[in-house]
Amino acid sequence: MPTKIEKDSLTGKDTTGHEWDGLRELNTPLPKWWLYTFYACILFAAVYVVVYPAFPFQGATGMTGWIAREAVVDDVRNAQARMAPMMQRLREATPQQIAQDAELRGFAIAGGRIAFANNCAGCHGAGGQGAVGGFPSLVDDDWIWGGQHDAIHTTITHGVRAGESDAERTSMMPRFLADGVLTLPQVNDTAEYVLSLSDRSTDAAAAQRGANLFAENCAACHGERGEGNRDVGAPLLSDRIWLYGGDKASIVRSISYSRAGVMPAWGGRLNPAVINMLTVYVHALGGGEN
Amino acid sequence: MSRSEPYVEAPIRAFAIATVFWGVVGFLVGVVIASQLAWPLLNLDLEWTTFGRLRPVHTSAVIFAFGGNALLGTSLYVVQRTCRARLFGGESMGWFLFWGYQFFIVAAAVGYVFGVTQGKEYAEPEWFVDLWLTVVWVHYLVAFGGTILRREEPHIYVANWFYLAFIVTVAMLHIVNNLALPITLGHGKSYGLAAGVQDAMIQWWYGHNAVGFFLTAGFLGMMYYFIPKQADRPVYSYRLSIVHFWSLIFLYIWAGPHHLHYTALPDWAQTLGMVFSVMLWMPSWGGMINGLMTLSGAWDKLRTDPGLRFSVTAVGFYGMSTFEGPVMSIKAVNALSHYTDWTIGHVHSGAMGWVGFITFGALYWLYPKLWGKKALYSQKLVSWHFWIATLGIVLYITAMWVSGILQGLMWRAYDELGFLQYAFIESVAAMHPYYVIRMMGGVLYLSGALIMAFNLWKTVTSDELADAVPAPGSAGISAPIPAPAE
Repeated sequence: MPTKIEKDSLTGKDTTGHEWDGLRELNTPLPKWWLYTFYACILFAAVYVVVYPAFPFQGATGMTGWIAREAVVDDVRNAQARMAPMMQRLREATPQQIAQDAELRGFAIAGGRIAFANNCAGCHGAGGQGAVGGFPSLVDDDWIWGGQHDAIHTTITHGVRAGESDAERTSMMPRFLADGVLTLPQVNDTAEYVLSLSDRSTDAAAAQRGANLFAENCAACHGERGEGNRDVGAPLLSDRIWLYGGDKASIVRSISYSRAGVMPAWGGRLNPAVINMLTVYVHALGGGEN
Repeated sequence: MSRSEPYVEAPIRAFAIATVFWGVVGFLVGVVIASQLAWPLLNLDLEWTTFGRLRPVHTSAVIFAFGGNALLGTSLYVVQRTCRARLFGGESMGWFLFWGYQFFIVAAAVGYVFGVTQGKEYAEPEWFVDLWLTVVWVHYLVAFGGTILRREEPHIYVANWFYLAFIVTVAMLHIVNNLALPITLGHGKSYGLAAGVQDAMIQWWYGHNAVGFFLTAGFLGMMYYFIPKQADRPVYSYRLSIVHFWSLIFLYIWAGPHHLHYTALPDWAQTLGMVFSVMLWMPSWGGMINGLMTLSGAWDKLRTDPGLRFSVTAVGFYGMSTFEGPVMSIKAVNALSHYTDWTIGHVHSGAMGWVGFITFGALYWLYPKLWGKKALYSQKLVSWHFWIATLGIVLYITAMWVSGILQGLMWRAYDELGFLQYAFIESVAAMHPYYVIRMMGGVLYLSGALIMAFNLWKTVTSDELADAVPAPGSAGISAPIPAPAE
């Protein structure tokens, strides 16, 4: 169809003279503000590529010499330098000393809180409240491996059954049923006895039978009356705080197959100052012992 | 060709139905995964229903299924009419494209749920699905290009430039980003040809231009046909359409590196990604200006035509998100926004506001035409859809702005002693209220789409047939309109 320029009566502008399926176009010039803003953006780009690295050649860093990687390194270095004097004092002091020095303690609690939130809270909970299924609460005084500064420091550094070479905290409870030490009825009787330690046994005869089994098999670690032993990480059995559940089925399972929970060793991952801060922070959560 | 139906229409009707169907599916899965983020229990502890499996179902369903069907359907409708030529390949080509494309969608989605994925965002389908899409897409290019070649009009209408740019570029992006070697021909798993930062760069060259050419150029093609039609006005500026088309096409393709700011990508590439994104601002706005200014002399129609209200609001959201994009590409801004929900909000103001609304506007205009009905079943329901969906978008993007900026600030906050002020998990916990609000926005948007589906269904099944169609001229211009050529 031939070009036929028409005038749009509403705007007074000409069309381009083309038409498609009833659609036409006006021949309006480019809006000036649009064009100049476009030019301004191009100008900005032209200046920016001179100032900042924009070409794939060695040494083409732009006028400022700015390099992203070096900027990060500088930032990190500056931040570390700012904290260095305090971090050095934290590294050289023992957790007890830190806890007694108001300035160091304030610093350690602030740093320990964020280190805990980023490294520990995944298992022990945001407030250190723990979780059923093997994640001990850190806010009470029911410690498995000890609640003094030194003990907490050792636990954080070496973890629990973490499989490192200079191992500590490696003791394991036997799998009494799985390894054939006890029969299932014997496990049942032992469990009844364990329940009786916290006055919850419902089968006095079984508990009676279990007493001897407990003395022979369990007392060496957990103590005659289930009072626990922190040297080997054997939990107290006479209270109502249970790491893997205190109902009979859970106790039977613990005796039969053991549990052997694992905590990572943080000594190789966090620097000594951070471990000291964590120690002071965890100690201060509520259950710390002196 | 029969005189009563000179153009291929039946497959286009199918595309129009599929658009609504996949839209509802995509929005529904979106609501599900938004709920999962607010309440992780809803992952149900089943591998098939976890967020990681369902998220690509959502993104592919809205982009490729909803958006793709809308683009294929409208482009085949538009190209025939603006070229006054029947579809190259005829009805059977139309049906092949329709079923071929639906097969691609279903094969991709089933794969995601069962964990068959390349792990590349927006390019998750494995090699055998990619090959099939390539076959379908080449047919699409042939059908579209062939129709343009046999046109009866001396000039190619602007909508067709955009549609063609979309088809050609998506073909190139799809092939290059999916170059991969399957373990064996009988195995679904493949490994991409590129590795490391090169792979990341190719992926985001693809990813950004999926936005640029699928979700922008393609839908601009839609805008250039349906807004002048709905407004019954000539396009505001032919010159602007030329300049913004070529500048958009040229600049968009370089902008991908802005997805990789502050990564292992070399500085020079990051710089280029940023400056090309900044230069892209005005070319993008050229489309907005042409869309909005086409209404000059016809603004009153917004009061009476809620379908047009969708199209115009879409252009508004388009303008907003194409301004937000260049801002976010600036490295200093990106340092805050990167990896936060701000990006999610940005994408959704574009996807829900621009892509969704321009499609709804087109569907409301197309359905009566495609089924030969006098009018839509209910303009009032269109109006309800409009306000409910708009409220949904507002809830969605404001929640994501707040949560995104909050995340960015929490991640970079240090206390006076030099320690991080917040742990990552604390920033996650802080997101909960915003995730709930976002989910509610999604529910509103989905509800609007269900209203639309009902309205369109009642339109299709109504008895009120259209009169013989007198082709309208643009208001203000009186010229005879020629009938389509034989």
